[in-house]
Amino acid sequence: MELSGGHILVQCLKDEGVEFIFGYPGGSVLHIYDAIFHQDDVKHILVRHEQGATHSADAYARATGKPGVVLVTSGPGATNAVTGIATAYMDSIPMVIISGQVPSPVIGSDAFQEVDTVGITRPCVKHNFLVKDVNDIAETIKKAFYLATTGRPGPVLVDIPKDITDPNIKVPYKYPKKISMRSYNPVVIGHKGQIKRAVEVLLAAQRPMIYSGGGVILGEGHKELTELTQMLGYPITNTLMGLGGYPATDKQFLGMLGMHGTYEANMAMHESDVILAVGARFDDRVTGKLTEFCPYAKIIHIDVDPSSISKTVRVDIPIVGEVKPVLEQMIELVKESKLKPSKPALEAWWQLIESWRSINCLDYDRGSLFIKPQFVIEQLYEVTNGDAYITSDVGQHQMYAAQYYHFDKPRRWINSGGLGTMGFGLPAAIGVKLAFPDADVACVTGEASIQMCIQELSTALQYHTPVKIINLNNRYMGMVRQWQEFSYQSRYSQSYMDTIPEFVKLAEAYGHVGIRVEKPADVRPALQEAFAMKDRTVFLDFITDRTENVYPMIEAGKGHHDMKLRVAPGTPLDRELS
Amino acid sequence: MRHIISILIENESGALSRVSGLFSARGYNIESLTVAPTEDASLSRMTLVTRGNDEIIEQITKQLNKLIDVVKLIDLADAPHIERELMLVKIKTNQETREEVKRMVDIFRGKIIDVTTASYVVEMTGQPSKLDAFIHGFEEDSIIEVVRSGPTGISRGEKGLHL
Repeated sequence: MELSGGHILVQCLKDEGVEFIFGYPGGSVLHIYDAIFHQDDVKHILVRHEQGATHSADAYARATGKPGVVLVTSGPGATNAVTGIATAYMDSIPMVIISGQVPSPVIGSDAFQEVDTVGITRPCVKHNFLVKDVNDIAETIKKAFYLATTGRPGPVLVDIPKDITDPNIKVPYKYPKKISMRSYNPVVIGHKGQIKRAVEVLLAAQRPMIYSGGGVILGEGHKELTELTQMLGYPITNTLMGLGGYPATDKQFLGMLGMHGTYEANMAMHESDVILAVGARFDDRVTGKLTEFCPYAKIIHIDVDPSSISKTVRVDIPIVGEVKPVLEQMIELVKESKLKPSKPALEAWWQLIESWRSINCLDYDRGSLFIKPQFVIEQLYEVTNGDAYITSDVGQHQMYAAQYYHFDKPRRWINSGGLGTMGFGLPAAIGVKLAFPDADVACVTGEASIQMCIQELSTALQYHTPVKIINLNNRYMGMVRQWQEFSYQSRYSQSYMDTIPEFVKLAEAYGHVGIRVEKPADVRPALQEAFAMKDRTVFLDFITDRTENVYPMIEAGKGHHDMKLRVAPGTPLDRELS
Repeated sequence: MRHIISILIENESGALSRVSGLFSARGYNIESLTVAPTEDASLSRMTLVTRGNDEIIEQITKQLNKLIDVVKLIDLADAPHIERELMLVKIKTNQETREEVKRMVDIFRGKIIDVTTASYVVEMTGQPSKLDAFIHGFEEDSIIEVVRSGPTGISRGEKGLHL
């Protein structure tokens, strides 16, 4: 079969089983778009801005486990995609980005819409390619998918000059079934000796703690993690990226850890003598001050990426391998082992943990006359029976969603954890809804974040992706304001917008439903009404208490045991913004 | 500690910038970097001299290994090895100094490879410290130009860095 480059590319995507391409046309990808026109197997989703394309594809990947695919043109098409590529890179999301490039003969001449896409994206992709010959397209695309989805996943970009997709140049097409690369051999199973050592240390622990991250979700290791944790009876905490890796409603779950983690999770980390870190990377938002991080603990770390091990925190027992097979190996060894966890030690440990838990660090003023953002999330959890896909933007609302929506299943919590990209939530919700048209999908956002990719409301209409937008509107960039309140004596420099649009009208202008909610009593009915409208995108504009802050908080430069709690004991829960 | 990292990398366009970009992005320093194709034209060999404590060097080697184009690498400083650097030096000469310069070149086992009435070009290889010593043997104003390749190295013994 002889095909032109554009048709080869589209055929490769078909052969790879790609369902959706998120993209935006332009000069250097016109040959490819013409090839897309001639087929129906791969559905193209036309976004309104390339950043939206990358976030939608990214969230599609997060929700399904399959790689997301993006197609953008050269120059501004590629640069607009960079934020989304970096977002996926930081959270290790499998994604393949195809970018058009100016024709090979004019590369380097500052041609119209030319940028060095390979150069610009190099630091934020797992790998990238510039295709120089039409005969190389199929193999390069195969490599791109292989790299994106194996080992530690990540985005891979393929830059294709326009002449390579010329419809007049046809070459034989064959999509490789398998590919191997001599320079790339990711480790799968863990070192047996190391795992044995780890299990011995784990079983001898007096105050054990399991700390798991996004790697458990990406590596499909949630069942094994749950089995091991319940078999041992040990407490477990999840990172922001790891939520859903262990059922949040289980009694062994202590909540999220880190900067806005629970008191019990952070205290347990601090006092622990053995920590089992699974697919987590000791991010600065998790560790707090490094010299005060887990001072008494021996640390076991399972990660597929050797460079994640001992990067910021020195690890005692490193295990390089995929989370799932390593946990399976551990479960076997725990079963076989004559050594059992010490009952009295574990009982004493749980008693201590329960005393931390009893502080009820996530409590807030439920009698407030204003809508509390936490209340909205709690109601969202109840109305959706805890079974919705929740995407979020970045800021206070993201933390509230992580704290108050209890994720029992993996891949339900979709947020930009590493890069912290405002504007992620709405296009992400669209990506998820396309993958799961029958599921409830909600985007938890704020009035600042939502405006960064608001144009995707138009995409939501075109492709009929009825998502619910939960806008926690406090008329501030809440997280910025919170830091300014704590660290800059409430000098709210540029964290306020005095021209916030009327979101109800805006939603209506885009062809959707808008509902403004101002009273706590109206929160639940509004949510019920919105979710009852199965086939409409609904923008819920909740006017929330503008003084509310996210607690607990470990301020920058402090340790896990040094947390700022909502209130000192004995003081009323409510407080005025200074 | 000074480390000499020897890297086998795919001979692809952009491979060098992946390595140098990694160092600048992560704040590691590069003292020198040499690169050329090997006997296998699809592979390049890179010798990179860097400094850092054990933790930093561990991260550097892990991060380098993570680059898709990197096939293999070793830290030469871990075992006995030979290190050589090539230097070309242009030195001012006149009737009075010519003999003295030539003697210096002989002592350091260098070669004079270009001569004019007012200058010599000297070629010299050796440990970087030897090349330093040679340069320090001259008055500063008698040196017109110094070109150094940066060190390159190979391990001692029968084992080698290859596929």
